Amino acid sequence: MAGVVERVGNDRSPAGSVASAIGRTVAYILLIVLAVAIIYPMAWAVLNGFKSNLELFGDPWGLPTTWRWENFLKAWNLGVVRYLANSVIVTGASVVTTVLFSAMAAYALTRQRIPFAGPITVLLLGGMMLAPTVALIPLFRLLQALGIFDTYWALIILYTAFRIPFTVFLIRAYMITLSREMEDAAIVDGASRWQIFWLVIMPLSRPIIVSAALLQALFAWNEFVFALVFINSTDLKTLPVGLLAMQGRVLSDWPVLFAALTIASIPMILLFLAGQRQFIRGLSEGFGK
Amino acid sequence: MPGTTRFGRWSMLLWVLPAVLLLVLFVYYPVVENLRLSLYRWDAFSPREVFIGLDNYVALSRDPVFWSSLFNNVAYAVVSVVCQVFGGLVLAAALEELVRGRLKGLFRTVYFIPAVLSLTVTGLLFQFMYNPQIGLVNGFLDVVGLDALKHSWLGESATAIWSIIAMSQWQSIGYVMVLFIVAMQRIPRELYEAAYLDGASRVQAFRRITVPLVREMTLLATIITIAGAFLVMNEVWVMTAGGPNNSSHTLASWLYKSAFFNDQMGYAAAIAVVIFVITMAASIVQLFLNRGKAVQY
Repeated sequence: MAGVVERVGNDRSPAGSVASAIGRTVAYILLIVLAVAIIYPMAWAVLNGFKSNLELFGDPWGLPTTWRWENFLKAWNLGVVRYLANSVIVTGASVVTTVLFSAMAAYALTRQRIPFAGPITVLLLGGMMLAPTVALIPLFRLLQALGIFDTYWALIILYTAFRIPFTVFLIRAYMITLSREMEDAAIVDGASRWQIFWLVIMPLSRPIIVSAALLQALFAWNEFVFALVFINSTDLKTLPVGLLAMQGRVLSDWPVLFAALTIASIPMILLFLAGQRQFIRGLSEGFGK
Repeated sequence: MPGTTRFGRWSMLLWVLPAVLLLVLFVYYPVVENLRLSLYRWDAFSPREVFIGLDNYVALSRDPVFWSSLFNNVAYAVVSVVCQVFGGLVLAAALEELVRGRLKGLFRTVYFIPAVLSLTVTGLLFQFMYNPQIGLVNGFLDVVGLDALKHSWLGESATAIWSIIAMSQWQSIGYVMVLFIVAMQRIPRELYEAAYLDGASRVQAFRRITVPLVREMTLLATIITIAGAFLVMNEVWVMTAGGPNNSSHTLASWLYKSAFFNDQMGYAAAIAVVIFVITMAASIVQLFLNRGKAVQY
């Protein structure tokens, strides 16, 4: 803590008093306590995945005596592999459709003269006010009528439809700021709109496209209500619902469930760590200027 | 040149067509249809609709579970605003002001990680943490000598919803904190340096500079948090399924149970209308406060 105290009193800090040094130390301790309170349950869950049932119930605070990787293998074979594959399919497909349709719409609304641009913008952005829960009951009938109830399509389409407003909002705000120069040069060279979109606008918008894709992946990976109501077949369940179903099946074998929770969480944690900057940009652009 | 001929202009509509069609068919139509369905009695197996006017709403007003669910949503909103918005603000300021370099990034990452976990994962994890015999919560109370406070956290009506709410604070505080950090990084450093030269303390600088200048984000975070609190369903369903004795239901979980377990579709549609009115009100307030900014559910 000596280093902490020394730094008080430099030109960027408030008047260096003993009180300020104490306050700083207390604040540091609180930050560390909070960090421990956040990490500990997660670390505990991962460790529990390596224990035997006996160890988990006999000594819940202790470390596993041996590292039982077989729990992870068992979880994998008990359904996690299936749920993981379903989540990857639904998430991947909805990221592509959401980002593509949103970028196309944002391009038309910001870079081209389009009839009814005002009303279309209001329609697309206004969807942000409508919560998925409110549409649940009618969607239950609609999806059955369309014959896509209990298919991947139900989730891919709904994840796309409900996230287009936010994604258009993100991408539109970015595309508005792009300069016209490169676009004009491309037009002079005889490029079509489709070529301009793919070769000029999309590359220029890459940072926000990446942010939008990451936020969509996070949403689709963790979405629960639609996945619970519109998928019945065990073979089609995504992770958030599949894990819940698994809890019933492995009732007496908690370590296997913890192993499953760990496997299910790793992809999003890695994605977040790899794209942290883009994640945060997307969040902040989405919430404020 | 693209965009100049008449055909060119109208053909641009094709570019927005997929987005507009998806939105109209799968977002706008169901929300409107839900209003209509709330005036009917019907169920999944005999889909013939019987018009019953406002009977579903009358039944709603006499349903104690509806009122306790609404109360639980309000509790969720109040606790979340205090812990996540106020707590997130203080946490962000502490990190920005006191911690430098790599350590700052490390803290930020650690606080944020729970926000990328599925609510099912954290729900199942905390279900175990709250377990009366082997859970860490009671174990911790034993260790610090507060064993009088031990509870069967999710098994008692008095504690179930509060235990779920507590889990949610653990998961989401880092998320709101990151929003505040972004807002704070836009505040010019010179303001703080001038204040410190004038002998201001960090607490004074926080109150006089930071809080006023992130006011917009505070309002936005408050409204997002409130709107989100009225949509809570995943963690409730995973941790208690609304029990014991329907004490921990929220509006959304009670809607789900009414529709798909009690087979009262029209009644569930009426609950959805209540959720619609509340979240819509939040959106409209937000629209007036922050023209052009987004609320995202």
